[in-house]
Amino acid sequence: MAVCIAVIAKENYPLYIRSVPTENELKFHYTVHTSLDVVDEKISAMGKALVDQRELYLGLLYPTEDYKVYGYVTNSRVKFVMVVDSSNTALRDNEIRSMFRKLHNSYTDIMCNPFYNPGDRIHSRAFDSMVNSMMMQVC
Amino acid sequence: MEGLTLSEAEQRYYCDLFSYCDTESTKKVASNGRVLELFRAAQLPNDVVMQIMEQCGATRLGYFGRSQFYIALKLVAVAQSGLPLRVESLNTVKDLPLPRFAMTKNEQESRHAALYPSDADNSASYSGVIPPPPGRIQVKKGSVSHDAVQQRTSTDQQESTSPVVSPQQSPPTSPHTWRKHSRHPSGGNNERPLAGPGPFWAPFSEAQPGSSTSSDPIWSGHSPPPHQENWVSFADTPPTSALLAMHPASVQDQTTVRTVASATTTNEIRRQSSSYDDPWKITDEQRQYYVNQFKTIQPDLNGFIPGSAAKEFFTKSKLPILELSHIWELSDFDKDGALTLDEFCAAFHLVVARKNGYDLPQKLPESLMPKLIDLEDSTEVGEQTGEVGYSSSPAEAPPSKSPSMPSLNQTWPELNQSSEQWETFSERSSSSQTLTQFDSNIAPADPDTAIVHPVPIRMTPSKIHMQEMELKRTGSDHANPTSPLLVKPPDLPEENKISSSVKFTPGNTVSKYHSLFSDLIFYIIQNVDLIYSSKLLFCRSHSGTSPDNTAPPPPPPRPHPSHSRSSSLDMNRSFSVPPGRYTMFLLYVMLFFSICIPEGAGPHVHRPVDAEGLIAHTSTSPQQIPEQPNFADFSQFEAFAVSGVNKEEDDEIETHSEVLQVEKPPDSASSLRVAKADGRIEDKAPANVPSSGKGTTPLAPPPKPIRRRLKSEDELRPEAEEHTQKTGVIAAVLASQPSIPRSVGKDKKAIQASIRRNKETNTVLARLNSELQQQLKDVLEERISLEVQLEQLRPFSHL
Repeated sequence: MAVCIAVIAKENYPLYIRSVPTENELKFHYTVHTSLDVVDEKISAMGKALVDQRELYLGLLYPTEDYKVYGYVTNSRVKFVMVVDSSNTALRDNEIRSMFRKLHNSYTDIMCNPFYNPGDRIHSRAFDSMVNSMMMQVC
Repeated sequence: MEGLTLSEAEQRYYCDLFSYCDTESTKKVASNGRVLELFRAAQLPNDVVMQIMEQCGATRLGYFGRSQFYIALKLVAVAQSGLPLRVESLNTVKDLPLPRFAMTKNEQESRHAALYPSDADNSASYSGVIPPPPGRIQVKKGSVSHDAVQQRTSTDQQESTSPVVSPQQSPPTSPHTWRKHSRHPSGGNNERPLAGPGPFWAPFSEAQPGSSTSSDPIWSGHSPPPHQENWVSFADTPPTSALLAMHPASVQDQTTVRTVASATTTNEIRRQSSSYDDPWKITDEQRQYYVNQFKTIQPDLNGFIPGSAAKEFFTKSKLPILELSHIWELSDFDKDGALTLDEFCAAFHLVVARKNGYDLPQKLPESLMPKLIDLEDSTEVGEQTGEVGYSSSPAEAPPSKSPSMPSLNQTWPELNQSSEQWETFSERSSSSQTLTQFDSNIAPADPDTAIVHPVPIRMTPSKIHMQEMELKRTGSDHANPTSPLLVKPPDLPEENKISSSVKFTPGNTVSKYHSLFSDLIFYIIQNVDLIYSSKLLFCRSHSGTSPDNTAPPPPPPRPHPSHSRSSSLDMNRSFSVPPGRYTMFLLYVMLFFSICIPEGAGPHVHRPVDAEGLIAHTSTSPQQIPEQPNFADFSQFEAFAVSGVNKEEDDEIETHSEVLQVEKPPDSASSLRVAKADGRIEDKAPANVPSSGKGTTPLAPPPKPIRRRLKSEDELRPEAEEHTQKTGVIAAVLASQPSIPRSVGKDKKAIQASIRRNKETNTVLARLNSELQQQLKDVLEERISLEVQLEQLRPFSHL
């Protein structure tokens, strides 16, 4: 269960960002922003490697004391960043991967929508519902 | 009041309304309640209503006569159009739109308020008919195309321009308007000269008077003020409203005015009852319209509309991109960025709904779900059935694959199960190791009888033993003939994997046992005169497995030298064959079988009972099984048989069982046979009892299962009796077979006599065998059929 989920465009501006509403969401925004550096670092590390060989799932970008940040980048350099609570130890890597996979699928569904212009903010209800299902259920 | 001139449309409309209000069917007076309701539905302020009532004279009269009613209606229209309420205005104001009333939900009625064309020349023909009055709108298609301004060419009207009013159920067809408008620039897509245009009917909605508004801006640019107003009013109604079926668009070039008016609505009065069921249903006309629109983009109905084209198309609806995006998300079922016909219709429908103020659902309604493409093969222009089905059943979302799939799914379990069963069956039957496991805990059917049916248990009886047990239990033969008892030496039954499922697949055992018994009988008959010659028989059957390889004990002394069978024993002396157990077993089997088979040929219902009996019977067999009957025991049997004549049948059975118990057959088969023979004897006993003609029946009353069998199969009773008689004769003969006197002369005669007797018994047994075999076959067939039925029913047992 994520605390914050963000979709970052290729140009590193957010297409979609949603956090658990309880805390100061700005903090999460900042966290996501800083994580972009790590993402870029990881994807640039491939360097000459073909994009195919680069795995989409980046894994743990960096942990902080309260939470962990996971990254996922598509072949079109659209990045998904997920912040999960550190206290949630039940979350395993596979689960994170599956969550990213779902995110990616939903994102592709959005892209299929001709009314969606790439680069626009994402307002899809289906996407919202999917993200909600992945967010932590905080009363 | 002064004379009221009404246009034709007004005339009809007012008449309709009056009829609606005329709850008492007086045709003269409109009930006040209804009228007031109506006026309230007109969404006019109360004082205006009072004014109207006063002006029309109802207040004066105290009731609403027809004329008053009409006047009132006209005043309502006046008021709704914002004109001052004046009686004089009734006749002066021309081109007054019909009064609009938002019906309450309780009013089972849908009204259509036609937009009165601003142009006077619109009082053209009505291509439709005002739907019948109030109350239940059962009229499906009261088509009224209000010519009015928007009247397109008559061709348009020819189509079913029916005001579609389905209260709040289906979205109105307002998008027609813009649709047409958009069409014009694009050069028109005159797919179909649908009637079109007509005035826009703002349906009376039954829903709560809403005030909506929404889709107005869309129309704003297109309609002249009155129409604008009407559109507005229409927009007011949407939430409450009325579904207007999309008018199967006449896509003809028109002026914008016409476009606006004519646009959409073929209003159609739908059955309210049905429309309540599914607010997202697409009417036939709507569907047709959508199909036509689809064709304009994509001539192939089975093809796709690419996203870009669809985007362009729907953008014309002037809905916000966000909403269009959401509509797309809902309608693009397979998320492929393209729209099939179904998806397109769903999207169009949603657009129409949205334009009429319906909120977009969060998820696609079932009635809008696209079918699989296979179903779309039938879509044609005129093909409405598919669409009807499309719009009718919400459960039709399952693709066309699904009809075949359930059948597949159904067959699969059957197949699986049957294959499973057959697998296990074959396993059972073919495997020499497989042994039937009977529930040894099943109490004997007849607790009184000491002898119960041989119930196979998990032990190491030979296969033959098991088979015979099964056969006895099931009373039928295995479908897969296994090695008959006599033919195949029973394999060492190490494994006791007798699956209880054997019980449930009697068919398998049927044939097996059938063959077993047939073989057994045959063998017995063949060796009827050697039946006491345990040597030969025992050798043949137990050659491989008989643990007793010692010299066979000498034949038992014959109790009665005059016994016809005594010679056989003597004859057997020459054979150095281990005697005994097999012989006895064969005897028992034969006797038992002679009773079982004919009885088993009857209703198979008893088979389970028989099984139980057998099981019960075999419960005692375990005790017997380990006790291979020694040849010596055979002598005991003989003695028993001899003495049994004079004994009570029960005692005989008991002693017999005791005898059996004493035996310890290492070969379970033989013990099985013994048990079976025992059972047979038991079976024979009851038969003999009723026959009662035989005093020589050494058999005890049969166990209850057999007795039940007998009872249920009365028709076979005579046969059984006959058989039992035969077996009784045989038993008697056997029992009474005296020891062959040693003296030569006497022996000769005795031998000859015994030969004759043996031959007689031979023939008798042969006949018996044939009859039994026949019955066995019948039983087998029935068992197979039952088994098949069981397999077929098995899947449903789990439901």
